[in-house]
Amino acid sequence: MNMDDKRIKTEKIYTAVTWLIIFLGWYLITKFDIVSSTLVPSPYKVWMTFLRILSSGYNKISIWAHLGASFERLFTALILAVITAIPIGLLSGYFKKIKAVVDSIVEFYRPLPPLAYYTLLVLWMGIENTSKITLLFLAGFAPIYIACVSAVNNIKQDYILSAKSLGADQRQIFFQIVLPACLPEIFTGIRTAVGVAYTTLVAAEMVAATSGIGWMVLDASNFLKSDVIFVGILIMGATGILIDMGLRFIEKKLVFWKGYV
Amino acid sequence: MKEVLIDIKGLCFEYGIKNNLIGALEDINLKIEQGEFVCLLGPSGCGKTTLLKIMAGYLQPTRGECKMKGETISGPDWHRGVVFQAPSLYPWMNLNRNVEFGPRMRGLPEDEINRIRNHFIEEVRLSGFGMKSIFELSGGMKQRAELARVLANYPEVVLMDEPFGALDALTRLDMQALVRRIWQKNSTTIFMITHDIDEALSLGTRVLVMSDRPGKIVKEFCTDFTNTIFQTNPRHPKYSDNYFKIKDEILDLIHSQDED
Repeated sequence: MNMDDKRIKTEKIYTAVTWLIIFLGWYLITKFDIVSSTLVPSPYKVWMTFLRILSSGYNKISIWAHLGASFERLFTALILAVITAIPIGLLSGYFKKIKAVVDSIVEFYRPLPPLAYYTLLVLWMGIENTSKITLLFLAGFAPIYIACVSAVNNIKQDYILSAKSLGADQRQIFFQIVLPACLPEIFTGIRTAVGVAYTTLVAAEMVAATSGIGWMVLDASNFLKSDVIFVGILIMGATGILIDMGLRFIEKKLVFWKGYV
Repeated sequence: MKEVLIDIKGLCFEYGIKNNLIGALEDINLKIEQGEFVCLLGPSGCGKTTLLKIMAGYLQPTRGECKMKGETISGPDWHRGVVFQAPSLYPWMNLNRNVEFGPRMRGLPEDEINRIRNHFIEEVRLSGFGMKSIFELSGGMKQRAELARVLANYPEVVLMDEPFGALDALTRLDMQALVRRIWQKNSTTIFMITHDIDEALSLGTRVLVMSDRPGKIVKEFCTDFTNTIFQTNPRHPKYSDNYFKIKDEILDLIHSQDED
C-alpha cells in the first residue's frame, strides 16, 4: 500500500512538472517576442481576459450562459444516449435477431464524420438545439451501444449457468447478473461517448449557433482575438477533465469490484 | 432399497457438424441413489464435464436418456446444484448476498432467507465474513462460499466439477473434510468429478473410471474409505492394503489408455 502511495505521488509530480514546463515555455515565447502576440498572447493577458469574461461575459452573454448552453446540449444528448443505447445494446448482445437489425445501421453511420450528416440534420431540424442534440445523441449512442454488445458477449458463462441452477428466471438473470456483469464495459463506453460527444459539440457550435463555448471560440477567431480563443480552449479542456473525473468517481462507487475479477 | 435420483440410460453425446461428428460420450449407464457420494475419474478430455453438464441440464444428450426421479432433465433447475471448478460467485454482491441468492430468487420469505443464509455460512465456517466483498476472500474461502450458496437451496443432488482443482494441497484436504462432514450430516447426494485418485477414494462411496474419448464408464468400485479410514482422523488416515490395491488398479486403468 505504501509503495503504491509513493508511486502515485511520483506520478503526480511528473504531471505537475510537465504542465509547469508548458506554462514556462509559453511565458518565455511571449516574453521574448519570438512569435507575434496577436497569434500567441501572453499568459498574463489570457488570465486578464479570463477574469474579464468571467465577470462581464463574452458578446454580452455571461460565460455561465455559454457553458450552460453547451452543457444543456451535451447532457440532454448523453442522457438520451445512455437510456436508449444500454437497453438496445444489451438486447442486441442477447438476441442475435435484434443485433442483425441494429448493428448494420450503427456500423454504417459510426465511421461517418459527424459534420457530414450534421448539414442534413440542420436542413431537417433547423439551426436550433434539436439538430445539435440529435447530432450529439448519434455521436454518443454508438460507443455505448458497441460496449454493451461486447459486454454481453464477454460475460463469464459460469455466471449465467450458475444463476440458472440456483433457480433464477430469465428476468432475474437479466437484472441481477447480466446488467451488473456488463457495468464495467458500459462505463468505458459512456466515458468514450462523453469524449466523442464533447468533441462533436464544439464542432457543431462552430457551424451554426449563437451561443455556447464552441461558438465563442469561433466568433473570437473571426476577430483575431487570440486571447479569447486561448481562454475558450482552456475552459473546454478543464471542463472535459472535470466531467471525466466525475464519471470515474461514479464508476468507482458503482463498479467497486472492477480490477479484482 | 434407496430411491434412485438420477437415472441415465444408453446416453450418447456427439458434437461437431454433420459429417464430422465427434463422439464425446458413448453408452453411459448410471444410477445414482439418494445419499450416495459418486466420484468420477478419467483422463482429461474424456467427457467428464460433458456428462456433468448433461446432468445439470446445460446440454441435451444426442441419444439415450437422462432422468431425475423419472422425469427427463430438460434444463437447469435448483434441485440440482452445481459447484464449478473456478468459483462463480458474483463480485457485485457481498458474501451474504451470494449465499442467499438461490432462496431469494425463489421468493422465499425474508426471515427464512436469513435463517438459511446464516446456517450455511456457519456450516462452511465463514461466520463474520458476510459483509465482505468477494475479492477480499481467499481461494479456499471462495470455494467454501460457493458450496454454501449451492447448499442454501437444499438441492437433491450436488454436482461438482473438479471443485478443488485450483486449491493448494493443504486447503484441498480441509475442503475434502468439510464436504465429507456436510455430506454425512445432511445425507446429501453428491456427484463429483475429480482427477485426483486419492480424493475420489477418500470421499466416494462409489468411484467410476471413465475411458478416453468417446467416454465410457469402464469400471466401478464400491468403496467405504470415507466412512472408515477418514472418519476418525482425516488428517492422519491409516491406509489399508485394500486402499492401495484399488488405487493401483485405477492407475493401471487410466495409464493403459494413455498408451493406446
